[in-house]
Amino acid sequence: MARLSEENVRLAKEVIARYPRARSAMIPLLHLAQEQDGYVTNEAMAHIGDLVGATSAEVYGTASFYEMFKFEPVGKYLINICGTMSCALMGAEDLMHHAEHRLGVKLGGTTDDGLFTLERAECQAACTEAPCLQVNYRYRFRVTAADFDALVDDLKAGNLTDEVPAHGIVARVRQQIPVDRGVGAVPPEDVTEAPTWMAEKAAL
Amino acid sequence: MNTPNSTSTYPHAPGFVAGDRPRIVTSRFEYADSYTLERFLATDGYAGLRAALARPANEIHDEVKSATVLGRGGAGFPAGTKWGLTPQGVFPRYLVVNGDESEPGTYKDRLLMERDPHQLIEGCLIACYAAGLSQCFLYIRGEMALAQERVADALNEAYAAGYVGKNILGSKFSLDIILHWGAGAYVVGEETALIESLEGNRGMPRLKPPYFPAAIGLYGQPTIVNNVETLANLPWLMLNGADAYTAIGTKTSPGTRMVAVSGHVKRPGVYEIINGVTTFRDLIFGEEYCGGIRNGNKLKAFVPGGGSAPWFTEDQLDVPFEGQQAGAAGSMLGSGAVMVMDETTDIPAAALTLTRFYAHESCGKCTPCREGGTWLERILSRIVDGKGTDADLAQLVEVGTSICPGDFPHASSTRLGLDAVPFPYKMNTICFVGPSAYAPINSALVLFPEDFAARVTKRSMIPVTAVRAES
Ligand SMILES: Cc1cc2nc3c(=O)[nH]c(=O)nc-3n(C[C@H](O)[C@H](O)[C@H](O)COP(=O)(O)O)c2cc1C
Ligand code: SF4
Ligand code: FES
Repeated sequence: MARLSEENVRLAKEVIARYPRARSAMIPLLHLAQEQDGYVTNEAMAHIGDLVGATSAEVYGTASFYEMFKFEPVGKYLINICGTMSCALMGAEDLMHHAEHRLGVKLGGTTDDGLFTLERAECQAACTEAPCLQVNYRYRFRVTAADFDALVDDLKAGNLTDEVPAHGIVARVRQQIPVDRGVGAVPPEDVTEAPTWMAEKAAL
Repeated sequence: MNTPNSTSTYPHAPGFVAGDRPRIVTSRFEYADSYTLERFLATDGYAGLRAALARPANEIHDEVKSATVLGRGGAGFPAGTKWGLTPQGVFPRYLVVNGDESEPGTYKDRLLMERDPHQLIEGCLIACYAAGLSQCFLYIRGEMALAQERVADALNEAYAAGYVGKNILGSKFSLDIILHWGAGAYVVGEETALIESLEGNRGMPRLKPPYFPAAIGLYGQPTIVNNVETLANLPWLMLNGADAYTAIGTKTSPGTRMVAVSGHVKRPGVYEIINGVTTFRDLIFGEEYCGGIRNGNKLKAFVPGGGSAPWFTEDQLDVPFEGQQAGAAGSMLGSGAVMVMDETTDIPAAALTLTRFYAHESCGKCTPCREGGTWLERILSRIVDGKGTDADLAQLVEVGTSICPGDFPHASSTRLGLDAVPFPYKMNTICFVGPSAYAPINSALVLFPEDFAARVTKRSMIPVTAVRAES
């Protein structure tokens, strides 16, 4: 429950510098906050506002539009079961019922031990592998009831910690632009000319 | 679990089925290390970029124009023509890559980003060089962790090796590509909403006009928004030329496209098919594609182009993947997503899974979509639960008509003696989310009226005044 850590502020500044306008870094910074705390805290939103030049209400205004941002703690493992057409045609409803039973929570609920939150999700771009689910945004394809049980057991036993990070962490690889290789972002009002290569016979 | 499509040759790319066909964008998918720079360079990687940089930018733009590379994000607008819509002399211009893939049934951009991220990066570089775009933002859907990791790794490799950044390949061409990812909102795939989101705002579509962000886009500047697959075509095009590209497919629909076929077929999968030539019959029943309907069942209906598209039945199986013919038949090709329903399908329930999706994803900016979508969902849920009446059926049409006035497009039906109503529709909303909530309902009602009649109880409307008088 906190503002962004020193290390995250350093990362945030790097990200902000990549955009012609700081505010464009809003969503990336919200992800950073959620990565740090597992959800987006009020303190973090105020801090992000300071960093990108927006009020905390504006930050919340943006954040609350997006499904992935949570404003209170969720389970360590967020299980999203797809319920859109292709998955529904292949038995998603049955899978959801099974999951509710197995975890003892309704869709939208979190288990008492704080390990699992179960949600109905929309199409996950894996429609040919229906029914599918994501756990902290890592896929499982053509999931049967037995597969689901095995997944829950594995997560509980800590067998998947390498593959599935705790909720909040999405990509584990960050873009890195070496100082000597990056072009750098320029505010749009500071550019009026065509890029130099446009006037050339060839760039090479 | 985690088992790939059992018929797919390549276990590491679930869903993808290669086959013996021309492959423009999936040519590296069979390599286990297809996403690495090493593999990419060993298989013509960045050679298209090198070829492009050796020629003037306007010539590259002309080449893309003459190849008629149709946009693969849904609207099918030719990329070269779109790039030409930027106003003369206005700079800076930006490229925003649409990797938000979330239209129901659509599964191809994620594969392209996970399996061949360098091909996409090369496509971005070629587009920016040709159209004079000075910064590129690669917007990946928030929920796609692996795609984000693969593209981040690829960008890091490409920067370090001099393919992205300052003085690319030692040339006068310099470009940053910034990886950006969303946070879960379908409507952000709409190009003006994508730009709003990239500016740090709620991802709501902008009022039109201006119709194209090419005129006024990111930060009010000319901005090209292109789909991942569209850009992935460019490296091959640079290496092989427009003539080779247009030699595949037809004049109006050249090249190939990726299509995901899901639902009740024997071999669901993602196939690279021939534009304009391959028909829905080839794809659904062909042995080299899906091999027919599961369990020897009969085909009932299929969605030809993503959840927003009006449905087809067996009457439309011979329609090829060509926009005008699909439009005349009452639907659209959209995002290359075919969802197949067999005879066992509960049609109202299937329609509900789509209507619920669009109602849920409405951004709330226009009333017909915000109110109409959820209203449609409530009525249809009631019908699916067996609690609907015939008045509910009329109400569905009335709400639908308030979103889209006039005749809504639908396919012809020999069984019912119906003619097609061609695409497109009129709409009272800013974007296509509102109409898309109604599209599945209209298709289901028009093509399978008996499935609804069997589900609802007859009830003559009680006039409201009479009810009031009693109370
Ligand atoms: C509601 C809505 C959602 C969309 N989602 C996507 C998407 O996820 N990916 C995409 O490329 N295009 C999507 N589009 C189409 C884009 O607005 C835009 O036409 C496309 O990205 C342009 O790229 P192209 O010309 O290369 O196809 C969507 C459109 C609408 C109306
Ligand atoms: S049609 Fe729906 S999603 Fe699109 S702008 Fe209007 S309210 Fe938003
Ligand atoms: S419908 Fe479930 S992944 Fe697309």
